[in-house]
Amino acid sequence: MIPGMSAPPLEALNLRKSFGEITALDGVSLEMPPGEILGLLGPNGAGKTTLVRSVVGRVTPDSGTLRVFGHPPSDPAATASRGWVPQEISLYPLLTPWENLWTFGRYQGLSGADLDRAIDRSLEWSGLADRSKDRTSNLSGGMRRRLNMAAGTIHSPKLLLLDEPTVGVDPQSRERIYTMIAELKAQSVSIVYTTHYMEEAERLCDRIAIIDHGRIIAAGTRDALVRSTLGVNQTVRIEAEGPIGPTLREKLERMGARVDGQGVLLLAADPPRQIRDLLEGFHAEKTAIADLSLKQASLEEVFLHLTGRELRE
Amino acid sequence: MIFAVAKSRLWNLRHDRAAFVLAFILPIVFFSIFASIFGRGSGRSATPRIRVAVVDEDHSPASRRFVAALKAESAMKAQEGPDAGSGKPAVYTEAAAEAAVRAGEMPIALVIPKGFAQGAIRFGPASDRAKILLLSDPSDPIAPQVLAGLIQKVAMTAMPDALARSGIDALDRWGGNLTQEQRRVLEENVARLPNAPAGSAGDGSGGLIDVALRDVLGQKKGNPMVAFYAAGLGVMFLLFSAAGAGGALIEEAESGTLDRILSTQVTMSRLLAGKLVYLAGIAAAQLTVMFLWGSLVFGLSMRGHWIGFFIMTVVTALAASTFGLLLAAVSRSRMQLVALSNLTVLAMSVVGGSMFPRFMMPEFMQKIGLLTLNAWAIDGFQKVFWREEPLTHLWPQVLVLSAISVVFFALARRIARRWEAV
Repeated sequence: MIPGMSAPPLEALNLRKSFGEITALDGVSLEMPPGEILGLLGPNGAGKTTLVRSVVGRVTPDSGTLRVFGHPPSDPAATASRGWVPQEISLYPLLTPWENLWTFGRYQGLSGADLDRAIDRSLEWSGLADRSKDRTSNLSGGMRRRLNMAAGTIHSPKLLLLDEPTVGVDPQSRERIYTMIAELKAQSVSIVYTTHYMEEAERLCDRIAIIDHGRIIAAGTRDALVRSTLGVNQTVRIEAEGPIGPTLREKLERMGARVDGQGVLLLAADPPRQIRDLLEGFHAEKTAIADLSLKQASLEEVFLHLTGRELRE
Repeated sequence: MIFAVAKSRLWNLRHDRAAFVLAFILPIVFFSIFASIFGRGSGRSATPRIRVAVVDEDHSPASRRFVAALKAESAMKAQEGPDAGSGKPAVYTEAAAEAAVRAGEMPIALVIPKGFAQGAIRFGPASDRAKILLLSDPSDPIAPQVLAGLIQKVAMTAMPDALARSGIDALDRWGGNLTQEQRRVLEENVARLPNAPAGSAGDGSGGLIDVALRDVLGQKKGNPMVAFYAAGLGVMFLLFSAAGAGGALIEEAESGTLDRILSTQVTMSRLLAGKLVYLAGIAAAQLTVMFLWGSLVFGLSMRGHWIGFFIMTVVTALAASTFGLLLAAVSRSRMQLVALSNLTVLAMSVVGGSMFPRFMMPEFMQKIGLLTLNAWAIDGFQKVFWREEPLTHLWPQVLVLSAISVVFFALARRIARRWEAV
């Protein structure tokens, strides 16, 4: 691919990286079209952070090819077209939002009127225009998160790496952050969005890649992932009023349901028939039902199905 | 419950190596430094030997004996010429000795005048006696006091015959005329005295040899120590504040800000260079404030010294700043930095003469002091403000402090590679 803006925002081919005995990336391949929001999901220690840090030039892969708009990550052209919002609030707490934005704007090569305009735009975008002269350490957690995003986008990058931008913020700030992301998408910014919140990924991302043990184990749209992983796209949940006896448990498990305490979960390919069978089972064993629901299969179920339920750390 | 609190704190201390160093190693280091300066092993005098440039203008047997006795005196190190290899004439003249004191090469000089043999030691009025001249640097108020006392001691122990003759003359003059027989017997006894064992003269009452003191420096200046303390303490606090400010690098690393910075167009070299500019600017401002305060409140004269001050401030600020950067690069945490900076800055300040002048230290400690940037900075400022030497004489200090800056910055840059892409 010829370097330049016609090249894909992000292109990874067979990336490998080890830290001593630990293999962090084990042949990651990935390509993003322009303007896409790609959700990057994975358990802790799966390789997400190493992949993101490779894209921003802070980790050098042992092998494989990585390109940002056709350039190696350490190339100045890649640096200028790429933005990074780390999970940590990586700002100077004693400086004001204006001073922080000025600093990171200069670090990205902006100056003069361009820098002034970028600061004003970023303050407006993050809803911090009226707090621009306060100390950053005096801002609320949500405000600092928004300023963290503004500092990573001050130079108007065309590829943005967002690392869990909504951790620890209240619902109002989260909505504001979603709005900010929607505005970036409207400007055709390509975004790699790392999160542990599945509903967030479902809501924001065009496509989702699940990474585990240093490999991309599944990638596609939410519906495609559900179909390819679970084979069905609906789940039945039942909550019993009391304990589920061994006979009923055996019956339910024969139907393919998973019983966990008083809860029952069934991935349903034929919901009407399967719900009828479940209800008959409860009725026969004289077990009362507190709640029953039929829902679209969630990304969380896909995630847990692919990565397992065991603790990773 | 109380023991649980104590035990958990003990665990904490064990896991915090920096605090452990502070608690145990630091006091031992400082104890050792002070013991070396003032104690120098057990049973030795705490007073360092005074180096004295001796000029003999009398060239008489009496003056030769006096010089030999000065050289034999354990409390001083008398030398008649500069150290070998200095490229200067082998024997001091009065002018050369004065120049040596003025340049700080010798703390004090002693000139034995012509006519010393004809009555250097004499009881009675002092007006017509040949006086020994001490050429002193008033920034060292101790040397002339000690040396004046030692001169009396040496005279009495090394020249008992002259002492006795002076006593006989005084008796003859003030106690009535001696008979010829009395004088003959006394002369016979006195003739045996030069070979008498030294040290039998008891404690000297002082004043047998007249001593004149002349300051060769700072006659027009008020307080000779103001420039010294402005430079000495200024450099010490510069080092502390540079180490503290250098710690911003560690904070950036710990908060993830450093990662973010290095993902932008800022490289590690640019980052360190930017921090150096900041640290050196602050350090230069601190020194300027210190000297201006000395000028306003303590009468330190800045007039005619601005260029020298500027040169020394720039090289000192750069050296202190690169030192701060190096410490920050070496340290793995803020706590480690605090421990390391306390240890190194205090040690350098004591040995390098920031807390008390190096001329008060034993000679070997004075030489060790030259391993610190404090000593070079203080010497440079003293040359500018106290000795008022020409600017060209600052070259050793400028060269050494500049070299320190280059080496420290290069080392800091190399160690900072650990923060670059892995």
